[in-house]
Amino acid sequence: MAIWFARSRNLVSSLRQNLGLSAILIKRNYTSPRPVFTNYQLSSRVFLNPFTSFRHESTAVETQPDLVQQSDHEDDAQELDFPGGKVGYTSEMKFIPESSSRRIPCYRVLNEHGSIIPNSDHVPVSEKLAVRMYEQMATLQVMDHIFYEAQRQGRISFYLTSVGEEAINIASAAALSPEDVVLPQYREPGVLLWRGFTLEEFANQCFGNKADYGKGRQMPIHYGSNQHNYFTVSSPIATQLPQAAGVGYALKMEKKNACAVTFIGDGGTSEGDFHAGLNFAAVMEAPVVFICRNNGWAISTHISEQFRSDGIVVKGQAYGIRSIRVDGNDALAVYSAVRSAREMAVTEQRPVLIEMMTYRVGHHSTSDDSTKYREADEIQYWKMSRNPVNRFKKWVEDNGWWSEEDESKLRSSTRKQLLQAIQAAEKWEKQPLTELFNDVYDVKTKNLEEQEHGLKELVEKQPQDYPPGFHI
Amino acid sequence: MWGILRQRAVVDGGLSLRRTRSALVSARSYAAGSKEMTVRDALNSAIDEEMSADPKVFVMGEEVGQYQGAYKITKGLLEKYGPERVYDTPITEAGFTGIGVGAAYAGLKPVVEFMTFNFSMQAIDHIINSAAKSNYMSAGQINVPIVFRGPNGAAAGVGAQHSQCYAAWYASVPGLKVLAPYSAEDARGLLKAAIRDPDPVVFLENELLYGESFPISEEALDSSFCLPIGKAKIEREGKDVTIVTFSKMVGFALKAAEKLAEEGISAEVINLRSIRPLDRATINASVRKTSRLVTVEEGFPQHGVCAEICASVVEESFSYLDAPVERIAGADVPMPYAANLERLALPQVEDIVRAAKRACYRSK
Repeated sequence: MAIWFARSRNLVSSLRQNLGLSAILIKRNYTSPRPVFTNYQLSSRVFLNPFTSFRHESTAVETQPDLVQQSDHEDDAQELDFPGGKVGYTSEMKFIPESSSRRIPCYRVLNEHGSIIPNSDHVPVSEKLAVRMYEQMATLQVMDHIFYEAQRQGRISFYLTSVGEEAINIASAAALSPEDVVLPQYREPGVLLWRGFTLEEFANQCFGNKADYGKGRQMPIHYGSNQHNYFTVSSPIATQLPQAAGVGYALKMEKKNACAVTFIGDGGTSEGDFHAGLNFAAVMEAPVVFICRNNGWAISTHISEQFRSDGIVVKGQAYGIRSIRVDGNDALAVYSAVRSAREMAVTEQRPVLIEMMTYRVGHHSTSDDSTKYREADEIQYWKMSRNPVNRFKKWVEDNGWWSEEDESKLRSSTRKQLLQAIQAAEKWEKQPLTELFNDVYDVKTKNLEEQEHGLKELVEKQPQDYPPGFHI
Repeated sequence: MWGILRQRAVVDGGLSLRRTRSALVSARSYAAGSKEMTVRDALNSAIDEEMSADPKVFVMGEEVGQYQGAYKITKGLLEKYGPERVYDTPITEAGFTGIGVGAAYAGLKPVVEFMTFNFSMQAIDHIINSAAKSNYMSAGQINVPIVFRGPNGAAAGVGAQHSQCYAAWYASVPGLKVLAPYSAEDARGLLKAAIRDPDPVVFLENELLYGESFPISEEALDSSFCLPIGKAKIEREGKDVTIVTFSKMVGFALKAAEKLAEEGISAEVINLRSIRPLDRATINASVRKTSRLVTVEEGFPQHGVCAEICASVVEESFSYLDAPVERIAGADVPMPYAANLERLALPQVEDIVRAAKRACYRSK
């Protein structure tokens, strides 16, 4: 054993002599360096790519540093054949560090002041599209606020807001085509809003009344609409990920010009289904866009307790999936990234992973009080200074496409429409008793028919046991 | 061709040969057609015909393609339909079940194979929370025309994690249909019905029955053949006691009926075919005729299929009963491996005979 170590020490010293490397370099292979944020342009380039003198390829195009640092040692010229292909070998025992020296950067187009960063890559957005996007983001804000209040007043049993994630909701929806099939998690009602679901339809679902397309079968916010290619929200976390791979496979088999798009939170990526869904989509070469809303919190679990990787974007390469990290509070960046990812997915028939960095300003849901596990100051900071709606509004206003008058008109009319929708939805009668037994199967089975008949008889015989106006 | 099949049964091991012979013995007593088919071939031909008829049907599972299927049920399908429709999956039950459900949401008709239903435990969330409940929760907007199939229940000497019967687990869930074939005709007719059905179907096969040969009618060999879901079959008519069971235990019940006939007891054997929906009408009509009930299953006794059948009969035909209902199930232990222990943990023909005699007041 001692001899082996001596040998390796000689190897290291011979390396040092041959390649003229500094001691810091060797150490870097075994320890994880602290990320350097100041002067990183100059210094990290040296740290990151110590072999620049030996590598003669341009690094300008690289958007993320290689996870494995290559050695130019002679041995690499020989390759070994293993199942899975040829792989070069090295006599240098080198562990891939648990993290890169630099975190994957975030793609951004608009700065915090709502101005486009010069020379940024982005897909241009017309006035018409930009105004529509802004209006929908503001509408989503008003809708969330009013439904949340309605729950607090006891008029609906449950609600979940998307406060802080309006850019992700609306801009991603704007970048997709209507034929793309969306499998949401639960914090993406804005996608459905963009596709044309009306405020009345949202209210009907929350109240579970007779006009609800879900026929009162599901709790609030579990919207779904075949017409809008938005699959009904399902509560178990991450089940939509392998299902999206399945939808992508179906679209691929039927050669449709469409992809599956699915959303997941940072916490949901811990589920086994995340691994299965991404792995499978890559193997099947299915056209799926996986969008992860990394908003920092899974109810009370902070991301530092959820995973130890550099977020979710680095997991893409582990599955052979192209990935990008985007500033989720920048509507233009979200739009461009989703637009490009969608094109890649459909034309190249491959999955793509997008991690959107954002912050969950609201509580997890109406059953949660997040001030119990995080500072109120933190919430305020993100709500006021890092607000995606304000940021986009600034850009739209600076272009002369939106005014304060438009703003107050939109907010007050949306608020009025929502209040009316809620009042109407509340008054609308609930589903009749027959809906208890429908849709369990495509065609009601005999035992269900018998049960329905029995229940109807019972209600007629004992009306005093049932609430007045109980519909059969 | 049938000669080759019989030979294959011999090669599989002495156990299979005994079973093939006994199947022939029981077949002789009521064989109408002259053709015979193993359950394996019945399943294979059913999948083949349905895939040929509907391009949306596709097969997915571990080893279903190039390996020709872990139990050779999907033999020859890869060559015929190609890798897009006979898909070899990575090892993730949760993954491929989720994918199957997603594909069904999008309009395809997947036939998902579990190497055994014991492994479906790793995917049960997708089966219950997604497949079973989606049509109801979405108010009919999302239907899930998927079939989950594979061997269920005890095999021979495979231990606890390969031997559990999941009929009771799946049959308790509204939204699922649960089928359990016995003969080759059952296998063909029920699998075809399952694939054509717009609802999610759990199709519980039995590994030990795969190699068994059964007579099969011309009608059953036709590609349009289909059995109704929710209808039990009276395998043998009788007047003294009703024996209700499913899957492999049907064979045991028929043998028991032969033995009982020698002692002057005429047993009526009902093959459930469908666990959910349960054909309570046929069961109760039979008990009202015979006044005695014996139910048999391989699975664990508590909350089992037999418990449901007994409850149904006690609720609906109480005044017709002349004896307490009899329930035979597997032992309330995880399945042991040693052959002698395994035999003690599963119902045997003698147990069924004794129970029937008890119901007829012929023994303690």
